[in-house]
Amino acid sequence: MGTNTGRSTGTGTTMLDDFLVRAGLAAVGLSLATGPLGSFVIWRRMAYFGDATSHAAILGVALALATDLPIGVGTLAVALAMAVTVATLAARGWAMDTTLGVLAHSALAFGLVAVSFIPGARTDLSAYLFGDILAVSRGELLLVWLGALGVLALLAWRWQPLLTATLSEDLAHAAGIKPDRERLVLVLALAVVVAVALKVVGALLIAAMLIIPAATARSFARTPEAMALAAIGIGALSGLGGLGLSLWKDTPTGPSIIVVAALLFALGTLRRRV
Amino acid sequence: MSLLSAQRICVRYGATEVLHDVSLAIEAGEIVTILGPNGSGKSTLLRALLGIVPVAEGGILRSEGLRIGYVPQKLAVDRSMPITVRRFLSLPVRVGDAAAAEALARVGMGGQEGQQMSDLSGGQLQRVLLARALIDRPGLLMLDEPTQGLDQQGEAAFYRLIEEVRTLTGAAILMVSHDLHVVMAASDRVICLNGHICCEGTPRVVSNAPEYRALFGLGTQGALALYRHEHDHEHADGPAHHHHDHDHHGHKHGQKHGHGHDHAG
Repeated sequence: MGTNTGRSTGTGTTMLDDFLVRAGLAAVGLSLATGPLGSFVIWRRMAYFGDATSHAAILGVALALATDLPIGVGTLAVALAMAVTVATLAARGWAMDTTLGVLAHSALAFGLVAVSFIPGARTDLSAYLFGDILAVSRGELLLVWLGALGVLALLAWRWQPLLTATLSEDLAHAAGIKPDRERLVLVLALAVVVAVALKVVGALLIAAMLIIPAATARSFARTPEAMALAAIGIGALSGLGGLGLSLWKDTPTGPSIIVVAALLFALGTLRRRV
Repeated sequence: MSLLSAQRICVRYGATEVLHDVSLAIEAGEIVTILGPNGSGKSTLLRALLGIVPVAEGGILRSEGLRIGYVPQKLAVDRSMPITVRRFLSLPVRVGDAAAAEALARVGMGGQEGQQMSDLSGGQLQRVLLARALIDRPGLLMLDEPTQGLDQQGEAAFYRLIEEVRTLTGAAILMVSHDLHVVMAASDRVICLNGHICCEGTPRVVSNAPEYRALFGLGTQGALALYRHEHDHEHADGPAHHHHDHDHHGHKHGQKHGHGHDHAG
């Protein structure tokens, strides 16, 4: 893991040529989206929803490899399809615990099996499962930032109606807000984040990146905005810390980021108890 | 013209017709209560008037520029969301500090801006919901069982507050309730609902109407089980409930007591 293929070949002189700088920027960029979106995932109890969508990304990888499409396009399409399916079933009152369990794990299993049919892809699989942030190219870094800023802008634009619909669908309805449409905003944002985060933390840990920093931020915040902003900061800190841990101990980077995030969560919980 | 009127509306959930041929009109400044047993469609009627639930037939007319303040039946603020009272008042439309402070003061929650919503008691939460509905200076206030979960004292206090609001702001008020006693005293007009409108009029007229007596089982033994009492009747009888004082035996929800209920006879 951590195939450091992104190293500068020496001809370029800009900062972005350094693979470490690119990795750090990718982690910070991702947390811009995961902070606020993760807060909504927690408030609306959508954790498993994040799991299902991110696990579906592996199926997207397989489809992209089989059809020679860019990986980002494949994951975005399948994540979006999964997110819309789950949101529709939820709206129809399916038992979500079971439905999501079936969908999340089936998507992952189908994806893993499908990838094994593609020559050469089997060896790269861990990069999709656990991320490969040290190998982020300039183009991928640009996509991470564009995706994250896009999600951030979308959430900022819909912030008031989203919060209202999250608190009470009735209050939202009475104020002329359509909760279904706001739910779709979150579904779309989630699919984009999954596509963007695949390279950074990998399909298995995207949901962790959404939930853990936001859960840590909860202890410090008195307003929804404060929680979302704190989650961005904690996410960025986890990203950079995980990168450091990975370099220092030669550990896989994606999981290292989550380890640091989990340690920060534990520290936050301890601080609260004292 | 009326602030809000419904003409022969029907509401269906799937094949079930919840409301049938309901017509009503709310005039400026009046307090109207929709009364009915559980499952009679009263919440549905309110939600249809608000546009939350689509009507299958009939139409709803609002006077132009009418602002409606809505107080939902309950609001469960999850502990996972940190949100202060002040922040909540700015949803979905941001309001100034002065307007927020004024609305909170009006409902007796002055200075509570910094409280976390999830820390509020049931009565405080109802007051904050009312404050939020008042900020926009509504011409019509709609409340869905606003005193659910409050004790008898809190309930009486809340209805006094509602009357105060009407007097101070001139807003019309449309409430839903299954509670006969307090509501009867606080309303100008009562609409008795059981899928359709059974009877309507002033509290005195309605309480004497045979339809109302049949719906609430007055005069038939034990039929009070039709509706749930939310309160425990441990209070002394106030003058507002005087004509119902035979109800106050400290009975619990829908138990079969053989009390007479012949107050009109």
